[in-house]
Amino acid sequence: MTAVTLGRARPAVPRKYLPVLVTGALLAAMFVAGGVRYEGFAHGQVVLNVFIDNAFLLVVAVGMTFVILTGGIDLSVGAVVALSTMIAATLLRAGWPPLPVMALVLAVGATLGLAMGSIIHHFEIQPFIVTLAGMFLARGLCYTIGTDSVPITDPAFTALAQTRIDLVADLWISPSVLIALLVVLAAGYVLHYTRLGRTVYAVGGSEQSAVLMGLPVGRTKIAVYTISGVCSALGGLLLSFYMLSGYGLHAVGMELDAIAAVVIGGTLLTGGSGFVLGTVLGVLVLGLIQTIISFEGTLSSWWTKIFIGLLLFVFILLQRLITARRK
Amino acid sequence: MAEPAPILEMTGIGKQFPGVRALDGVDLRLRPGEVHALMGENGAGKSTLIKVLTGVHAADAGTVTLAGRQVAFAGPQEAQRAGISTVYQEVNLCANLSVAENVLIGREPRRFGRIQWGAMRRRAAELLSRLELDVDVTAPLADYSLAIQQMVAIARAVDVEARVLILDEPTSSLDAGEVAQLFRVMRRLKDRGLAILFVSHFLDQVYEIADRMTILRNGRLVGEYRTSELSQRALVGKMIGRELAELERLEDRPPARTTGTLLQAEGVGRAGAIEPFSLTIREGEVVGLAGLLGSGRTELARLLFGADHATSGTLKVDGRPVHLRTPHAAMNHKIAFCSEDRKADGLIPDLTVRENIVLALQAMRGWTRPVPRQQQEELVGRYVKALRISPPDPDVPVRTLSGGNQQKVLLARWLILEPRLLILDEPTRGIDVGAKAEIQRLVAELSDGGMAVLFVSAELEEVLRLSHKVGVLRDRRLIDELPNDAALTTEVLMETIASGGGAVPGSGRHDRGDGGRS
Repeated sequence: MTAVTLGRARPAVPRKYLPVLVTGALLAAMFVAGGVRYEGFAHGQVVLNVFIDNAFLLVVAVGMTFVILTGGIDLSVGAVVALSTMIAATLLRAGWPPLPVMALVLAVGATLGLAMGSIIHHFEIQPFIVTLAGMFLARGLCYTIGTDSVPITDPAFTALAQTRIDLVADLWISPSVLIALLVVLAAGYVLHYTRLGRTVYAVGGSEQSAVLMGLPVGRTKIAVYTISGVCSALGGLLLSFYMLSGYGLHAVGMELDAIAAVVIGGTLLTGGSGFVLGTVLGVLVLGLIQTIISFEGTLSSWWTKIFIGLLLFVFILLQRLITARRK
Repeated sequence: MAEPAPILEMTGIGKQFPGVRALDGVDLRLRPGEVHALMGENGAGKSTLIKVLTGVHAADAGTVTLAGRQVAFAGPQEAQRAGISTVYQEVNLCANLSVAENVLIGREPRRFGRIQWGAMRRRAAELLSRLELDVDVTAPLADYSLAIQQMVAIARAVDVEARVLILDEPTSSLDAGEVAQLFRVMRRLKDRGLAILFVSHFLDQVYEIADRMTILRNGRLVGEYRTSELSQRALVGKMIGRELAELERLEDRPPARTTGTLLQAEGVGRAGAIEPFSLTIREGEVVGLAGLLGSGRTELARLLFGADHATSGTLKVDGRPVHLRTPHAAMNHKIAFCSEDRKADGLIPDLTVRENIVLALQAMRGWTRPVPRQQQEELVGRYVKALRISPPDPDVPVRTLSGGNQQKVLLARWLILEPRLLILDEPTRGIDVGAKAEIQRLVAELSDGGMAVLFVSAELEEVLRLSHKVGVLRDRRLIDELPNDAALTTEVLMETIASGGGAVPGSGRHDRGDGGRS
């Protein structure tokens, strides 16, 4: 007996891409169905509008993807988004120039994420409870700054809100979409071409093994919560471009939208498997549901929640089937 | 033949844990280009020695020298950097990553921080082909069997300029073909000048692969031997040792008053734990189970108690087939089980003696029907007296009692249920000679009273003294069943264990039926 090959027949599509493909197929089906059913739906701008309306959610969900890939969870993101809009609006009203405001907002997000990550790692506390505390803290801080909505009149911010970047034909996107897509590309690169990214997957696969393999597990865990904090702060800035206001009641429940998008995008909640591309598709699915319901016209917007709920059930069951077959 | 100088020498290693002397003056020498087996029963100190070597525990005494320099590692990673790699029984890799990543993660080839995937795949494939392993390195590790995963772990371990490779029970979940492949890899590595420390419970495997062995018993060094110069029988004798000669002899055991068959197991087995076996236990009979630790004794007992589910065979109580899906079901059939590890599985240290004793009775009644206090005290008082539990105060926390008395408390817990079959797993382990004798006396009395007892012990003398019939286990198989008559001596038992009984020894576990792991 010479070298033994004990591999199994490989399927045409590696199983790890399966959830992403399912989400992609779902998205295509939704778009086709919408195009058949509604006049004016099958237009490129409809898709681009989904991006425009959800650019902030996309950025937040990318950060969440990092956290969920390690098997963690970050419940603080929505509150950090709100805090970011509040800080930005208040400082701009006080006359700060826009660039330092943006830098400060990002720094606050990073600090919060770093703090939560450090607590999770050093005190070995479940991420659920640490980020829940972070959520209350950030949301509470919004109201210490102010209880009312603060309008943003800064010219740079309004310019960013109103600029159209023209593409071919009469299609256009907002600067926020561009920023969000850059974040997606950067995240994809980090996850697949750097040690940090691969360690994220290893930690999600088996934290104990990762420790025994000599990987910097603690540093990586702290890093993903910091990344999620920065993404939330950036998402907050994009939301303040979109809303042109800062308010403590912005982005209520956005953490759950972000988690839903990541899961619908095929990332395993237990960690170790998933792609940023899936998260993009997940955000698009959520956005497209909203679009379809507004095209339908007669349905209340709460149907969005019902469809998201049903989709989540289906996708969680799908994940279960895929992981069960692996064993 | 000139012997190569040892690359690694451990001398006079001592390690004390609270209450236990885990290692006492142990030496170990590993030579390059040799496979060295570390032998001993569970609890003999093998794992502790490995942990001291790899820096998980610090030694209290003794020195470790690697290639002539004295070393003391602060942790496995430091040991690995110095060239001592360990592959554990549980594969410690990330099954969600590709094979290539598992071999190289943490030291991927990079350029400007960017991982060079092409170079990484080539390097991983090259390392694996050196181990005669031809697998698709881009596939996730989860696609491959445990054996392949183990070899990927070895590939990872030897890539870091390893000089010493420790394989801690690598074969325990492999089938015969996979073991053969692992051995080919080990021989290759040996030829490359690696020193390999091999830990296994399977004697045949040790004799197949090891050049030399070090035997431990009770944390002490028994000796270092060449495999070719030590018979399997002598090895078993050295591993078990004899220390009970001075113990009081029980009078001649009267033959069991076997009234009827109590329990009958036909082809009962559990994949991965114990191969299908058939065993009959009659009322009033003491059935001993002999075999090395890890030979499947506890696994067999747990199946009879329903603590694990059997994957094959039928079990009959009083001639009627029963399904013992849970311990509760077994208790309904009046089967009781005194577990081996009284600290982890049995007693609750902070509860009092009384509370610990009534626990099983309470569990049988369900929490809605508490045992009346008066009945508790009456029952407990009776057994504290009958078993001579000391101190005879039922309201002290059980952790304050000595090991022997704790064991008696555990026994009392099951005896108040008045079981028909009492399974005792290592009831005399770690307790002093006097308490041992008392527990043995008690077993004899109980069986005279008509109770059937399944008695599991590592001490052959004890098994012989008490049992009417002895089942011999080896490599997770019940290989023989011997009536305890004048012809049965510890020598015969040891011979049976060492030779694998009348059956073909082989490595004994070819048909495990769960090879399709992926």
